[in-house]
Amino acid sequence: MTDVSTNGYKSGSNLERVLAAGHFAVTGELGPPKSHDADVIRRKTQMLKGYVDAANITDNQTAIVRMSSIAAGAILVQEGLEPVIQMTCRDRNRLAMQSDLLGAAALGIKNVLCLTGDHQSFGNHPTAKNVHDLDSLQLVRMVKDLRDESKFQCGEEIKGGGPGFFIGAAANPFGDPFEWRPYRLAKKVAAGADFIQTQLIYDIPRFKEFMKRVVDMGLHEKVAILAGVGPLKSSGMARYMRDKVPGMIVADEYVDRMVAAVAGIPKEDKAARRDAWRAEGIKICIEQIQQLMEIEGVAGVHIMAIEWEAAIQPIVEGAGLLPRPEVNGR
Amino acid sequence: MIVAEQKPLAEIKAMLAGYQKVLVVGCGTCVTVCFAGGEKEVGILASALRMATRLDGNGIDLDETTVQRQCEWEYIDPLADRLEDYDALLSLGCGVGVQTLAERFPSKRVLPGLNTSFMGLPTEQGVWEERCQACGNCILDMTGGICPIARCSKQLLNGPCGGSQNGECEINPEIPCAWQLIWERMSALGLLEQLMEVQPPKDWSTSRDGGPRRIIRDDLRLPEDYRDT
Repeated sequence: MTDVSTNGYKSGSNLERVLAAGHFAVTGELGPPKSHDADVIRRKTQMLKGYVDAANITDNQTAIVRMSSIAAGAILVQEGLEPVIQMTCRDRNRLAMQSDLLGAAALGIKNVLCLTGDHQSFGNHPTAKNVHDLDSLQLVRMVKDLRDESKFQCGEEIKGGGPGFFIGAAANPFGDPFEWRPYRLAKKVAAGADFIQTQLIYDIPRFKEFMKRVVDMGLHEKVAILAGVGPLKSSGMARYMRDKVPGMIVADEYVDRMVAAVAGIPKEDKAARRDAWRAEGIKICIEQIQQLMEIEGVAGVHIMAIEWEAAIQPIVEGAGLLPRPEVNGR
Repeated sequence: MIVAEQKPLAEIKAMLAGYQKVLVVGCGTCVTVCFAGGEKEVGILASALRMATRLDGNGIDLDETTVQRQCEWEYIDPLADRLEDYDALLSLGCGVGVQTLAERFPSKRVLPGLNTSFMGLPTEQGVWEERCQACGNCILDMTGGICPIARCSKQLLNGPCGGSQNGECEINPEIPCAWQLIWERMSALGLLEQLMEVQPPKDWSTSRDGGPRRIIRDDLRLPEDYRDT
């Protein structure tokens, strides 16, 4: 077993080092393919490399079977882009999770985001049995105990020391009960989260309100909060997210701007409408990042350009967040 | 109570194919109360099957009976004398009733006429909702009397997840978010502080995950020489 000197860091991951040095962090999202095609991962890696400090690899997102996040993460490691593997509680029990975490660490993966997981009824195997042996908080605690106590969940010692992950968790400032959300975040911090990536934000005033509570509780000093953003692709997508996606609030202002973006372009000219929408989506996203950077307690952004990884570069560049810092040693 | 629903007629008919004489056995307890397998439902189903199989040209001879409780030997034992003539029993009991019959009368084919759905209660006339999953380790003291194991779609012990909005569960707006209910109840009771504790992983060994369950009460058990079974 390789003894990795973490030099005082919990994991020594690039994301951890960037945050520890006080830089405004940028993470992105990379969705694995619904196939075993490694080239898709390599191609997407090139779209993100150099523009983000680490890239999240989703874990069967929206309950649709895709290449495993850990396998895809291992390809990212080979390609020189740091992965944050997402791990949901939907598909695995505590045995499988710990076994996969050991495997992920052996493959050079240093960041893990602990999630509950979308319900399987949304995905392509709605008749599947779900697991939920642990919930996301219990998963956070388990990963922390693997790292800090060198103990498996059962209490048994891990000979030679446990895997040192930088531990992430999600927060949805827009879910209900709204008053409870900062407290649930506090529970995630108490469970051992090092960083938080939020749900997509399309309602900045409400997010500000949430962050004010978070700062009042002093949580921003205990955990690095990365605000979730994502470029809108069309007015239809904006409306759908506003009206149909559970736990999501989209301000009418953004829907209106996406509608206005294609005003005067004939419906038949699909390419022109697409370009106009995408340009506006990127513009809104850049403005949002600039607004989020002004909010106390926000330590970075997490950009979710779902199936549109090419948008990452212009967004990060447009927000003035290039070049990404290189933090070596301590 | 145990809540059940009758299987589709076509499925029951297919199950009975090849049998000439069938006894439909109802149960007078839970499934009577939820209108799935009591005396009345036995009568309606038997008539429907008579008509349907006759139309198909292979009319099955069906008799009807309903016992007080299909899940106890003493209530089904009196059926023993009547069973010789029948090729099969169609049970309108819950899954426990079906198995009690099959275990007591192993030479008979016992078929299920119901799908056993859950343990719950009627919340209004014609509506039943699940309340308990029999996990074997009750936590209702911690959650204001609302069970997240039975009522949260993800069985969270530290909920709610990010999909809770307007009091609805992400999987279906008809399903109330259990954790919203728990939060409201604990809030009203002035006990929110208790929800701040990070609940550790649940011990599922008392649930189905620990294998089929059994309770032995030595204080109630008859001495070995006096046991019937």
